[in-house]
Amino acid sequence: MAITSIKNLKEFSTNNDRFEGAHTLCPGCAHSMIVRELMNCTDDNLVISSNTGCLEVSTAVYPFTSWDTSWIHIGFENAATSVTAAQVMHKVRKKKGNLKDNDAPVKFVAFGGDGSTYDIGFQWLSGAMERGHDFTYICLDNENYANTGGQRSSATPVGAHTSTAQAGTHSYGKKQKKKDIVSIMAAHGSPYVAQLAPNKWKSMAKGFQKALEVEGPCFINTVSPCCTEWKFDPKDTINLTDLATDSLMFPIYEIIDSHELNILYRPKNPISVEEYMAAQGRYKHLFKPQYRHIIEEVQKDVDAKWDLLQRREEARL
Amino acid sequence: MAQELNLLATDNRGQSQLEAGMNLAGWDEVTQGTVLTSFEGDATGIANKKAEERTYSDFNSYTASVASWRVQKPVFNRDICIDCQNCWVWCPDSSILSRDKQMLGIDYDHCKGCEVCVEVCPTNPKSLLMFNEHADLEESLAAWPEKKKKEKK
Ligand SMILES: Cc1ncc(C[n+]2csc(CCOP(=O)(O)OP(=O)(O)O)c2C)c(N)n1
Ligand code: SF4
Ligand code: SF4
Ligand code: SF4
Ligand SMILES: [Mg+2]
Repeated sequence: MAITSIKNLKEFSTNNDRFEGAHTLCPGCAHSMIVRELMNCTDDNLVISSNTGCLEVSTAVYPFTSWDTSWIHIGFENAATSVTAAQVMHKVRKKKGNLKDNDAPVKFVAFGGDGSTYDIGFQWLSGAMERGHDFTYICLDNENYANTGGQRSSATPVGAHTSTAQAGTHSYGKKQKKKDIVSIMAAHGSPYVAQLAPNKWKSMAKGFQKALEVEGPCFINTVSPCCTEWKFDPKDTINLTDLATDSLMFPIYEIIDSHELNILYRPKNPISVEEYMAAQGRYKHLFKPQYRHIIEEVQKDVDAKWDLLQRREEARL
Repeated sequence: MAQELNLLATDNRGQSQLEAGMNLAGWDEVTQGTVLTSFEGDATGIANKKAEERTYSDFNSYTASVASWRVQKPVFNRDICIDCQNCWVWCPDSSILSRDKQMLGIDYDHCKGCEVCVEVCPTNPKSLLMFNEHADLEESLAAWPEKKKKEKK
């Protein structure tokens, strides 16, 4: 496959965008940073499918499309299904030799939000992973159902305020822990799964290229800070992603063949979860005396998860 | 409508709906699905064509503008820029015009004024700053701040 040079940003910037402007994502939305990076990682033909969500509705506002590649949208939960169906059709037609350009390399990619990935499209994703198609699934994890007004999903972390897990006199927001989607996907026997973040553009580009290159079903969870629902200034999207990766709320790592775990970013000066939370309106209630203990609980969880990741990296299992 | 289509009087309901549907091709009628083409003619090798070499179709959002979303706009100062391309990689609206490793300026049709590019610009003073949407380029450049001394922590 033809991967593009990601040696440094100057070389990377010689790529010609295939994700066009005048989509209607909010100013500062990280979804488009991630999508642009994926599409600039390769100059192969792409067949992309998106689940319903901010990305899908904002890039296909009739009569416009922001996609310079083949792009399919069917429903909320079935990007994995549609793109793997296209992949099978392509395989068969290639074998029969009846494609327009039979040798042109094509990559198949599905995008889903956390709502459609962790919850509503979960069994469709699981099915596509189990069937072993050659495709890459990328979750744009903004930890809520952003497109419908910020409901909680199973990706929402403990203590976050959402429209369906509200903070107030008797509630500190969401009570349940975030689902560990990366481990679940690794457990499907996937050759490549990872958690990546747009502030670390190079490890993200490398991970995308690996996923596109490796044969088989690959899964990547990307951190996608949502200024609208996390409640921060749009200009700070990358600053906030820095806080997310430096506080280890979002550790950056990959798992190859279900067991070979590599940590891809070790913060030199890790910051506290408190500092990360303080930068967002969705956690503001946790700074009241009666809910402060929640911050400590989340910190303990984050420490334990980081410890586990390091031990798994060492043990190779 | 129901009478017109004679929905209740036939066992070929699907057929008559389909036939009626053929005459209802207006923009406000529900259709089975929509295919939009991003380019006029052949799109082979599009990844290796720069925007100015492409034949975008009217359906491509590239031909639309979100300029009216802005209250403030980023202004680019070529004299300070080091072409690091931070602004290019993180602009969420594909609005940093980079060609041959050089930053050339901003695509004001697609920029929404989010200010991310200003935040990630590493030069001192910054090579991108926000100005009022109607500010004049010459005046903006004339008002550019001096190099900031490092604050002692
Ligand atoms: C089956 C189904 N259920 C619910 C919806 C309504 N719906 C549309 S977008 C959306 C939120 C999507 O959330 P997520 O997947 O996290 O993507 P985001 O918008 O946050 O990027 C919901 C609930 C739908 N379109 N289809
Ligand atoms: S609501 Fe959040 S995810 Fe949706 S477009 Fe706005 S910033 Fe992006
Ligand atoms: S203000 Fe935002 S949209 Fe405009 S060029 Fe800068 S990063 Fe891009
Ligand atoms: S971030 Fe600043 S210095 Fe770097 S290319 Fe953009 S304008 Fe130039
Ligand atoms: Mg979401």
